[in-house]
Amino acid sequence: MADYRKVYGLGAEFASSADLLVAAEKVRDAGHTKWDVHTPFPVHGMDKAMGLGKSWLSAPVFIGGAVGLLTAVLLTCIPSFGLYPVIVHGKPYDWRTLPAFFPIMFELTVLLSAFTTVFAILIMNQLPKWYHPVFNWERFTRVTDDGFFIVIEARDPKFSESKTRELLESIGGKHVTLIHD
Amino acid sequence: MSAESTVSLTTPKELERVPLVQNKRNFSWISDKVSYICESGTPLWWWLAFLPCSAIAVFGLICIGYQISNGVGVWGENHPAGWAWDITNFVFWIGIGHAGTLISAILFLTRQKWRTSINRAAEAMTIFAVICAGIFPGIHVGRVWMAWFLAPVPNANGIWPNFRSPLLWDVFAVSTYFTVSLLFWYTGLIPDLATLRDRAKSRVSKYLYGIFAIGWRGSNRQWRHYEMAYLILAGLSTPLVLSVHSVVSFDFATSILPGWHTTIFPPYFVAGAIFGGFAMVLTILFPARLLYPQLDDLITRQHVDKMAKIILLTGSIVGYAYLMELFIAYYSGNQYELFTFLSARIGIDNDGWYSWAYYVMMFCNVISPQIFWIKKMRENYLVVFTVCMFVNVGMWFERFVIIVTSLAQDFLPSSWGHYSPTWVEIWTFIGTFGIFLSLFLLFMRFLPMICMFEVKLVVPEADPHRHPVDKEAKH
Repeated sequence: MADYRKVYGLGAEFASSADLLVAAEKVRDAGHTKWDVHTPFPVHGMDKAMGLGKSWLSAPVFIGGAVGLLTAVLLTCIPSFGLYPVIVHGKPYDWRTLPAFFPIMFELTVLLSAFTTVFAILIMNQLPKWYHPVFNWERFTRVTDDGFFIVIEARDPKFSESKTRELLESIGGKHVTLIHD
Repeated sequence: MSAESTVSLTTPKELERVPLVQNKRNFSWISDKVSYICESGTPLWWWLAFLPCSAIAVFGLICIGYQISNGVGVWGENHPAGWAWDITNFVFWIGIGHAGTLISAILFLTRQKWRTSINRAAEAMTIFAVICAGIFPGIHVGRVWMAWFLAPVPNANGIWPNFRSPLLWDVFAVSTYFTVSLLFWYTGLIPDLATLRDRAKSRVSKYLYGIFAIGWRGSNRQWRHYEMAYLILAGLSTPLVLSVHSVVSFDFATSILPGWHTTIFPPYFVAGAIFGGFAMVLTILFPARLLYPQLDDLITRQHVDKMAKIILLTGSIVGYAYLMELFIAYYSGNQYELFTFLSARIGIDNDGWYSWAYYVMMFCNVISPQIFWIKKMRENYLVVFTVCMFVNVGMWFERFVIIVTSLAQDFLPSSWGHYSPTWVEIWTFIGTFGIFLSLFLLFMRFLPMICMFEVKLVVPEADPHRHPVDKEAKH
């Protein structure tokens, strides 16, 4: 029975991305912190409307790329200059042949950057996460089709079932629903 | 002059943009029409296409098994043409992949919004083409169980591979290309898999799409990082795609063989790859569009027109490269270089064994796309499809010409040698078409062929700042 379950938050549906953007600004201005906006596609300007800064994904990717470059430098230089210099066609094999390793350095930089990008967003977005309370809300299946939602979590310090419901209704939210965990 | 006429002179009428999604479709129309392909039962034509394709694929794999168990001697390759159809097919397939990455990465960075409805299919094509390409370097080594020598590890005698060799660069380039393309493709698929998950009726599809959608819930805190990830992956793929075919061209350019030893190869190969790739994208999209007429509003005339223009541009670059090669052969004053181009390829003095292939290449790649200068021809699907078929053929012949004419007739006439393929080689190549088409048919059947969330993004009502006048969208 629903009554025994913990309340996750309050959700509201909006008619369009334009309405959602205005509503998100109002939720932000009301001082909420633990809330989110759910849309079928990224809405332009929503980060600002939610008071979020630029994604800091580039930092881990830079580190990943640097590790890739370093791996390639070590992988090519240690065997070629140290462990077993291969002499082919009597061509030179000293430090001046370093440019011959640039393609491998480039490829490994790209490879590790790409892996870091994907794994970093999975970690930053806390995915995979196959269970989430918002999936308990029937209307929420439309989020991947044409639904625009705002969900304010119960752990938000400003959350109160009646006042938050009022806020969501006053900013144009439809089908305001209590979401259980 | 009156004030009125001055105004009409200085402010020309604003040209209206052709909408990317026609007939003002709304979001749920897009999800419905694209998902319907995966949700409705398997149509009869799908089986009629899939069964022969997979049979050909299986026969191709049998040929590969036959070649592995009997040795590379079952192919026509021998001294001096030690590379022939194998590497031709490898370069052909890897080149086809390049259009997908161009559409998904370079056109993304340059904000070409029309890419959204074709990028998913083109990226899938990239991955399947690279799978086909990867087969050939693996099996052409003869002793396939020694293919691990390609890996950057020492062998039993402590000898490392030669990191200064372009063949090893190729291993890194192609494997990186495949991996990054796959990551990029899957990242793009996640929101659309979530759409299929939320629409799924049967338990099995709910479960499977659910697993692969990894719990995506379209939250803006996720989209924020997701969009950045997409941008970074596009930024990484852009130099990557240019590097891959450059490295492939180094396999030839760093050798001393006449016809291979040229500095024009990297840009020439990259342009040719994009050229051939776009032709393959159109070759595949035309039948798909015929079979799914409901996608007409998403893959429009505009897309065909733009791709035809890209084919015209890259085809002209390729034509320029062919002519520049000829000029440099003359200008270098090198008699071997001159012989390769004038005699072995063009066939002056009837010395060219394979000059017919050179003319096929010239006609298909340089002359046939020039018809796209005429707008009426770009709008005629039959003409566009025919030219694309010519380009597919021409680009295969380009690699054949480069590889076989240079190898069969090089410096010393005493070391010349004819080459012709055996049935095993021919069927291995046909088999890769079977693999490619089977994989593409499976993709069409089970995954969203069009990137739904990105197409929704280019619909006017997706813009939160849009003018309220055009608010109505019809179902």
